[in-house]
Amino acid sequence: MVGLLGKKLGQTRVYDSNGSAVHVTVVECGPNHVVQCKTPESDGYSAVQLAFDPQKDHRLTKPKLGHYTKHKTTGFKRIREFRDFSLDVKSGDVVKVEDCFGAGDFVDVIGTTKGKGFQGVMKRWNFGGGRATHGCKGWKRRPGAVSWGSTPGWVAKGKKMPGHMGQRRRTVQNLKVVEVLGDDNLLLVHGAIPGADGDYVVVRGAKKKSAQKA
Amino acid sequence: MNQELLKKIEASSLRKEAVEFSVGDTVKVHVKVVEGDKERIQVFAGIVIARRGSGVNESFTVRRISYGEGVERVFPVHSPRVAKVDVDRQGDVRRAKLNYLRGRIGKAAMLVKEKDFRRRK
Repeated sequence: MVGLLGKKLGQTRVYDSNGSAVHVTVVECGPNHVVQCKTPESDGYSAVQLAFDPQKDHRLTKPKLGHYTKHKTTGFKRIREFRDFSLDVKSGDVVKVEDCFGAGDFVDVIGTTKGKGFQGVMKRWNFGGGRATHGCKGWKRRPGAVSWGSTPGWVAKGKKMPGHMGQRRRTVQNLKVVEVLGDDNLLLVHGAIPGADGDYVVVRGAKKKSAQKA
Repeated sequence: MNQELLKKIEASSLRKEAVEFSVGDTVKVHVKVVEGDKERIQVFAGIVIARRGSGVNESFTVRRISYGEGVERVFPVHSPRVAKVDVDRQGDVRRAKLNYLRGRIGKAAMLVKEKDFRRRK
């Protein structure tokens, strides 16, 4: 598996070779720095730790700073482990976006969705709400009945109710890579990805779809 | 920084030579149409009734009366499928959107004064 840490820059559109407009999300992907390589012999499993976005040392916590100095790298804002990394890398290496992905590949993008605050059932769960007319008053956005009567006397677990919406980790699967701009470390992904512009995301090779060979 | 990079990406999708026309102009839009593996040019002629958006998202609306029926098509300005836009006649209009033409039928629907018509008299 290959993966990279990145930052969502925003959405735009580009024209493909057929002349049709493709809406893309631009992700600033890397350069990612390899911090630690874990091996089955020493750690019990194989993984690679990638770090992204340089950070001043005095802004890092001591444990993190110690980890970076131990592996002889500078400090970074984000660090993440990728299990069974398919590229052959060692500590101190730089992984660039063109090493991992090419146009036509499929990727999964993991990010944190935009927080919506405390929301009602219509926005949060797409409930229909009540009627606007025919004598109804004050029932437009209410959830309705939440359970049955005195039998069974409880509300089903997992009942959809109002509450906090958004700001959760979400994965969007099987997004096509439209273009890779190696000079600017940019990845153009077809469609939308979670989070606001400027949020950190993880881009990894799609788990359920392999690259299309053109 | 973010915006600069986005603009850089968009710049590659922008038209090399700007198409120059404005709202009220009578234009011929040359559209590339792909049929099977053949490509040919189709012309859509009419009045530009709106131009909206900016950058790579800019588009314009052309209205014509075809067999007595009003037809509108929206073209992205920077689409590679829009081969070229010829201006037949420059219109003299006072608004940015000519939606009032939609309510008109017959000859009145195509009634946009020509630019500089006063000077020509």
